[in-house]
Amino acid sequence: MLAYILRRLLYAIPILIGVNLLTFALFFVVNTPDDMARLQLGAKHVTPDAIARWKVEHGYDKPLLLNTRANGSAQFTDTIFFKHSAAMFVFEFGKGDDGRNIGNEIRTRMGPSLAIALPVFVIGLLVNITFALLMVFFRSTYLDLWGVVLCVVLMSISGLFYIIAGQYFISKLWNLLPISGFAGGIDGLRFIVLPVLIGVVAGIGSGARWYRTIFLEEIGKDYVRTARAKGLSEVRVLFRHVLKNGMIPILTGAVVVLPLLFMGSLITESFFGIPGLGSYTIDAIQAQDFAVVRAMVFLGSFLYIVGLILTDISYSWADPRVRLQ
Amino acid sequence: MIITADVGAVLGYTGGMTRIGATLLKTVLLGISLSLMAGCSDSWNDPYPGSAAQANVLYSAFSERPKHLDPARSYSSNEVEFTGQIYEPPLQYHFLKRPYTLIPLTAEAVPQPRFLDSTGKLLPDTAPSANIAESVYEIRIRPGVRYQPHPAFARDPSGSYRYHAMTAEDVAGKSQVSDFEHVGTRELEAADYVYQIKRLANPKLSSPIFGLMAEHIVGLKDLGESLEKVAKAQPDAELKLNDFSLAGAEVVDRYTYRIRIKGKYPQFIYWLAMPFFAPVPWEAEVFYAQPGMAEKNLTLDWQPVGTGPYYLAENDPNRRMVLKKNPNFHGETYPVDGDAADQQAGLLADAGKSLPFVDAAVFSLEKETIPYWSKFLQGYYDSSGISSDSFDLAVQFSAGGDPQLTDSMRKQDIHLITAVAASIWYVGFNMLDPVVGGLGKDRQKLRQALSIAFDYDEFISIFLNGRGIPAQGPIPPGLFGYVDGVAGLNPYIYENKDGQIQRRSLSTARKLLAEAGYPNGRDAKTGAPLVLYFDTMASGPDAKSRLDWMKKQLDKLNVQLVVRGTDYNRFQDKIRKGNAQLFEWGWNADYPDPENFFFLLYGPHKKVATGGENAANYDNPEFNRLFERMKDMDNGPKRQQVIDAMLEIVRRDAPWIYAYYPKSFGLRHGWVHNVKPNLMANNTLKYRRVDPALRDTRRAEWNHPVLWPIVLLVGALVILIAPAVVAWRRRERKTA
Repeated sequence: MLAYILRRLLYAIPILIGVNLLTFALFFVVNTPDDMARLQLGAKHVTPDAIARWKVEHGYDKPLLLNTRANGSAQFTDTIFFKHSAAMFVFEFGKGDDGRNIGNEIRTRMGPSLAIALPVFVIGLLVNITFALLMVFFRSTYLDLWGVVLCVVLMSISGLFYIIAGQYFISKLWNLLPISGFAGGIDGLRFIVLPVLIGVVAGIGSGARWYRTIFLEEIGKDYVRTARAKGLSEVRVLFRHVLKNGMIPILTGAVVVLPLLFMGSLITESFFGIPGLGSYTIDAIQAQDFAVVRAMVFLGSFLYIVGLILTDISYSWADPRVRLQ
Repeated sequence: MIITADVGAVLGYTGGMTRIGATLLKTVLLGISLSLMAGCSDSWNDPYPGSAAQANVLYSAFSERPKHLDPARSYSSNEVEFTGQIYEPPLQYHFLKRPYTLIPLTAEAVPQPRFLDSTGKLLPDTAPSANIAESVYEIRIRPGVRYQPHPAFARDPSGSYRYHAMTAEDVAGKSQVSDFEHVGTRELEAADYVYQIKRLANPKLSSPIFGLMAEHIVGLKDLGESLEKVAKAQPDAELKLNDFSLAGAEVVDRYTYRIRIKGKYPQFIYWLAMPFFAPVPWEAEVFYAQPGMAEKNLTLDWQPVGTGPYYLAENDPNRRMVLKKNPNFHGETYPVDGDAADQQAGLLADAGKSLPFVDAAVFSLEKETIPYWSKFLQGYYDSSGISSDSFDLAVQFSAGGDPQLTDSMRKQDIHLITAVAASIWYVGFNMLDPVVGGLGKDRQKLRQALSIAFDYDEFISIFLNGRGIPAQGPIPPGLFGYVDGVAGLNPYIYENKDGQIQRRSLSTARKLLAEAGYPNGRDAKTGAPLVLYFDTMASGPDAKSRLDWMKKQLDKLNVQLVVRGTDYNRFQDKIRKGNAQLFEWGWNADYPDPENFFFLLYGPHKKVATGGENAANYDNPEFNRLFERMKDMDNGPKRQQVIDAMLEIVRRDAPWIYAYYPKSFGLRHGWVHNVKPNLMANNTLKYRRVDPALRDTRRAEWNHPVLWPIVLLVGALVILIAPAVVAWRRRERKTA
């Protein structure tokens, strides 16, 4: 298995280079280094000299991809792309255009992002699977029918609506929880409850329906009939046999997003004032901070690859027939 | 406790549930109740857990995290909101006096320039500008001013700096300034001001005003070039600014320094009230330049070191920034001289009392307007702006058109604060454009006709909820040169109707359009319709309605307006290259002087030719001549005369459609005192006073937790789940 993991990690290198190159190309098609300098220097008193100085200071005074004035390998290494990309492969992200260390920002922001994303993921998974199994248990009854209707209604509502309605009713009207904010330690609990609650409720519709479909497919299979024939109770059949056999598609969807939980949620973090990586990314895009955008895309790609590897590993754990070679 | 009782009742009711279900419900509810009680506050929605009740703290918010807190770099209002309280330039604006008046801050007096000719001979104050080769400002600072406690000043018993020779390992365990065990301070010296002026030229800092100041301060440009050479040769080395001299900024003695300005530049005095000219101790730069510091964001750009009334105690721009009272603050008293209106508004109640009043100010990051507004209404923010979404909830207009608070706001003892900003919004004509540009009579008439058609009174009413005043020229109210009422109207666009300012009629606009060669909106020679192009960065549903409104305005003259939407970068590019025809732009005053607005129309500042701030590329030789005269004059009747002549020219030429002067509306709770809008000063936190006891009472009153929804929700869940549980058990029995 170790050899398999190492091989997959090696495959990741060209993928990450490709992603980096693509991000670089897309970013600089829209923005020139001069545009970036102007945005950073503000709207007033920006002179061509000031722009030139900013570019030198931030390393954007070089050609983008090919330095024809340089000789030998410097033609490729003395460029904006190389200078700003090579160090990332050892997770050295450098500084953002505002001068703050990106690695330090990522480390401090990862915690708040996880504080929301992890409970939403875990509780959401448990609630969705339980709800889906209940619908399967009551399949072809009015409970199943209304359960599906409820799911469709829940998934038809915009995520933003849940946030605004949750903040309005729970925080503003009933004064039960703070409307936004964040704190570390035990104090942070009161800030986490509302976004987690909203995150879980907002995900029930689509999640429970998806798992219900998986379980319904499983429940018609021969091994289930055999289990029933052996006299097992329906609860035992569902929770021990159907759930276990339905794990492969569940893992496919769930494990791959596990590492991405670090990246945070864009809207939730913004509305609830969570100082996580989601809001960091959107702020960087708005501020045309290429250093941060590039670092976050790189990190996202890397974590996605890690997620895929973890998914493969989890297959072999969930189903002994799967072998990693 | 109440929650626990409810949980018990609920669990009793659901006696038929399975053990697993009951345990699960118990755990969830227990978790919620625990989290609610965490923080030991009476109000469950209190966003400040652990904060002492009735603390003398001001609570505010910021919507965008500051990018720079280095006084050489910070320029945006969201940055000077912090740096203004920490750093002290030599001068400041009087808190109450209007028009805005400069008074000393750390200086002993407001300096008066001495004028010298090219031979260095002293000239009288009345000397013509052309004869003045240099203006010399000598500033004497008050002795005894001390810096905030900071590890950069800490010394060991032998007198050496404790933290000036650290290695990356020494810094390894520190993540914030407060992690350093020892702190120290020292007295402010004139050399610190000179050091900061040199920092403006440091290429590694990219100060936004370096270009501008290099034109005025003797030798600053040369210093910039020298530093750039050194920086290129040794890119990783820190520049030791004390090793470089600057002819235009010299230390005279321990408490006095001198600044030499090329020629006459009376507006320079206003720059001395901005953090750009605040002192920076060299020890701070040495301290932060050490290995391992920047990796932890321990830089002067993020951890300011000043002499002001507050210091930055907590710096998490991603969550909150906390300013605390500087224990070494030199002391200052609340102003005693205000006018009758100030007296009536209670703004002189604290006259002569020691500043600052609040012990700390907590600024929380609040990106969205909904939570910001809700927290303000709950009493968790002491003051707030008014977003468009909440405007109707907060403000209504009287029959006379005056803004008033709604009953619900008054009931909460909320107060409205309004002020006309020292800003202008305008629609610029590119004067290089063959259709709308040029100084010919027909082009003037075309622009005047279009200016009449754009009914900005209507715009202000529809899109700004009345938060603006139709502009009569480039100078906003509150600045010298602005004339209020009908005496100050723009006669080309407005007229005096029974003492009221009224926009000229559309028939006048049509007549002007015809005289410009476009009768009924068509080219008199070719018969082709007049099509104009408006470049804008605005997008989204809100912008669409505004842009539709603009099209409608020109439809009235049968002129077509084509909107060309573009992103920020492309828009800037078009303006820079002169490829736009009509565009919308705005300007906020740097300082309260008409020069700061007229220079936007000064020919030698044309955007296309020089990259200056004259985005319309307007260039009228007569206006330029008057501008050069006006900028060096002292305020008085003679200057007003010149300004009036300049206004007449730019109103007639109409290079801009003078749209509106925005009005800022703000709200404050009844427990916040000493709030008077001062659009020039950025150090007003020290004047704020809060009544924490009243705030605490009101918060408790407004934030009673409402518990019935929890009971109702649990009840509804039980009603939903109970039949399912019954059915489950029935089915289980059947299966068995």
